Amino acid sequence: MDQQTIFLTILGMMAVTYIPRALPVLALARRTLPEPVIRWLGFIPVAVLAAMLVPALVAPEKFLDFSFRNIFLWAALPTFLVCWKTKSFVGAVVTGMGCVALGRLFFT
Amino acid sequence: MNSATLSTTDPAESPLASAFRQALPIILGYVPVGFAYGVLAQKSGLSALNTLLMSALVYAGSAQLIAVGLFAAAANPLAIVATTFVVNLRHLLMSAALAPYLGRWNKTRLALFAAQMTDETFALHANRFARNETGPAETFGINVIAQSAWVGSTALGLAASTLITDVRPIGLDYALPAMFIGLLLGQLKSRQHLLVAVTAGALSTALMLAGLGQSHVLAATVIAATIGLGVHAWTSRRSS
Repeated sequence: MDQQTIFLTILGMMAVTYIPRALPVLALARRTLPEPVIRWLGFIPVAVLAAMLVPALVAPEKFLDFSFRNIFLWAALPTFLVCWKTKSFVGAVVTGMGCVALGRLFFT
Repeated sequence: MNSATLSTTDPAESPLASAFRQALPIILGYVPVGFAYGVLAQKSGLSALNTLLMSALVYAGSAQLIAVGLFAAAANPLAIVATTFVVNLRHLLMSAALAPYLGRWNKTRLALFAAQMTDETFALHANRFARNETGPAETFGINVIAQSAWVGSTALGLAASTLITDVRPIGLDYALPAMFIGLLLGQLKSRQHLLVAVTAGALSTALMLAGLGQSHVLAATVIAATIGLGVHAWTSRRSS
């Protein structure tokens, strides 16, 4: 594929990515929404975070893996505990990365 | 108090310093992924300019990695655009979820804000906005820092693409899952939220394993939030 076609494809990708990002916030920010809609939207962050996170933890290789070889799953426990106890975000991220690094060093 | 706590607002801290501190986990997460994208794009026949432009204009990690694979396979450009649309459609819900907090922002500001909304910046802002931290300086500071990290790590990947064979530095690929664990914890405000999280996680996993391509996150989110609304309506009717 020549670079000009690639560039035009990138412009198309930009448009279809930007529109879903922009339309709802532009259309809804000034509007008073009905109470059930607000409540439904209030569940969206927790739902979308769990929907992105859980498959990455329980099936990092696209099949369910609850064995000890699944470092991503077991590293989640100390990460969760550190975040819960210390409320420190960076601490949790460093803990998680450290556990994964150590797990790979010793078990693979 | 620890300098990197979730509950923020140190009045002495400048918005930029605060933005940087809050964006740090995003930076840590973006660097390896952006780097990998830069390496792969180079190996897939994109020019250096097009590789950087995609990170600057599209700014969507998973969609960019998928697109690079499609470019390498010489897929139809329309198919690449359509795939990108489906992969990024989940941002529709994220944008809607943040809208109620941004009633005082003008259209220009909202339009700029939307351009830099990724999974990671959304998750961070959802927690911040819920604490009434909607300051534009800090919000845009976080977004600009995050996107700079994304474009910058793409450039690093480009520069290193001839030297690198393994694009997964030890442990760095866990930065984003770890950050999501922290952000999810901050969103568990009630039993109903916990129920929605468990439902969405299980459903998303099941749909992914069932081969629902890139739509499992979107489908699981809509269904779980709707179940949450139903449970709320049911419990509040019983208690009233």
